Amino acid sequence: MPEQAAHRAAIVEYQHVSKSYATAKLPRSAPGAVNDLSLTVPAGKICVLVGPSGCGKTTSLKMVNRLIEPTSGRILIDGADVAGRDATELRREIGYVIQQVGLFPHQTVGANVAVVPRLLGWPAARQRERAEELLALVGLDPALYRDRFPAQLSGGERQRVGVARALAADPPLMLMDEPFGAVDPIVRERLQNEFLRLQAELAKTILFVTHDIDEAIKMGDLVAVMQAGGHLEQFAPPAEILAAPASEFVADFVGADRGLKRLSLTRVGEMALQPVVTARAGDPAGEARARTFADPFPYLLLLDPSDRPLGWVNQRHIPGTGTLARSLATPMSPLLDRRTTLKDALSMMLDADVQTGIVVDRAGRLRGVLTVEAIAAALRPSADPEVIAAGTSGAGS
Amino acid sequence: MIDWVWLAGHLDAIVYRTWQHVYLAALGVAIGFAISFVLALVAARYRLLYSPISALAGILYTIPSLALFAALISITGFSVVTAEVPLVMYTLVILVRNIVAGLDGVPAEVLEAADGMGYTRRQRLWRVELPLAVPLIVAGLRLATVSTIGLVTITATISDAFGGLGYFILDGYHRLTFLTEMYAGALPSILLALGADLLFVRVQRRVTPWAQARALEASS
Repeated sequence: MPEQAAHRAAIVEYQHVSKSYATAKLPRSAPGAVNDLSLTVPAGKICVLVGPSGCGKTTSLKMVNRLIEPTSGRILIDGADVAGRDATELRREIGYVIQQVGLFPHQTVGANVAVVPRLLGWPAARQRERAEELLALVGLDPALYRDRFPAQLSGGERQRVGVARALAADPPLMLMDEPFGAVDPIVRERLQNEFLRLQAELAKTILFVTHDIDEAIKMGDLVAVMQAGGHLEQFAPPAEILAAPASEFVADFVGADRGLKRLSLTRVGEMALQPVVTARAGDPAGEARARTFADPFPYLLLLDPSDRPLGWVNQRHIPGTGTLARSLATPMSPLLDRRTTLKDALSMMLDADVQTGIVVDRAGRLRGVLTVEAIAAALRPSADPEVIAAGTSGAGS
Repeated sequence: MIDWVWLAGHLDAIVYRTWQHVYLAALGVAIGFAISFVLALVAARYRLLYSPISALAGILYTIPSLALFAALISITGFSVVTAEVPLVMYTLVILVRNIVAGLDGVPAEVLEAADGMGYTRRQRLWRVELPLAVPLIVAGLRLATVSTIGLVTITATISDAFGGLGYFILDGYHRLTFLTEMYAGALPSILLALGADLLFVRVQRRVTPWAQARALEASS
């Protein structure tokens, strides 16, 4: 999927970009200034600019579509300096989403979505078609929403229309300035997930600004942490930011719970699962008992004929003769699937007061077990970087 | 009380004067709007000019109309120009301020979105800012039109050739307060003002369906 979409995604390069708002009265750095920013956003990735207010993240974003001009340095899109482009033409090729959305109140939802195609002079029928396609894409029924006015939408619906509008001309690059900042946390969570699902298909290059480190970690393939004065403190995949903060500022900014935050980056499917002694209900008990005693883990996992877990049997409760009865199985560990994050897995285990979670596939069949120790091991800063790196790709899905 | 015979004999004159009244008022508002529109765009584009423009319109508004007629007659004679100059002048203060307020009322995020989408300055003005300013612009036109319809009556003081329905009011007054004739001027003039007011409310609703949607949403 990234292969075929690759030509529709741009590479953005900041080269020693600075923006100074210094004046005679205020010779020191002012809020929003940017200081010698250099970074490259690879095609098809979400790069999140995150930092406290006044750190220059929004300024950095707006310099890409020339809403703000840098004091020095260059910004290249696919190798071409944006300063050499006509500003309005450039902006029509870049999707733009802002926190307050800024839908045009006097235009219908359909007309709002078709703004850029209209500016580009698409035929009216194609504009309409595209607007309907995009409304459907962001989860709004075109027949219901096309002819409404923005005042008739909820906050979440407006944000969706804002995203649809930015996507209208299929831009290779999107700039998103706190796009989900104006809605309540539950709606935000849903919009984030929907957007990540959309991005998995579209594979646009996205520059995303937020002040919320959790959002940055969730949304970013790459995260740029900025500090007041417009200094880039660290530019790395989220897992690396959490595992190895480049400075005290980054460590503080990601928070004391950064270890726990890393748990939400990795999914159960990316962990090496441990095997466990199993037997099917109805199997001979003696043989199962012997196998369980031979294993350091003192429990047998009883399965039904389709390999679905029934529950644990303590080795001491396994009869020496006869067959294994279903009734032997005692309370279950939580069932995890491949897509459960380690954070949720750990939380489920703590809730159930157990040390082990049972991992099953979509049909409910046993895949293995995951222990609290294994999760703790993955958290250690010295943990195998391969495992952590694998976590980043999963964060975007 | 009412001299019906006089009325019956002057129906033609009343109709003619009513049309003249409408014509003088409409011309004044139309020219006033054209001038105000340009001034307001200049003021909105170059903010520094807003205060002087607004102040000038305010000062013009304070000049007594009778003094103005007297002064103008020596320049433009007993022409329609003499009648229209004060009418136009008095619309400026209302229209300029309302148009500028309408443009100022466009939310900052809408402007930012328009810029970010790639509107040129001109496209942004004509397709975003002015449409969103329409409610306040129409409100200004309403007020200007109603007050101009009232003011047209005093153009009767220039000469018998002007004044619209004001001609009857002044003439009735000169005939030692012939009430029937004064009513024949005043009542239609009031009806014209009310009719214009209603017309603008209708027009407003028709051209800004989005504002109705917002009002409905706010009340629900």
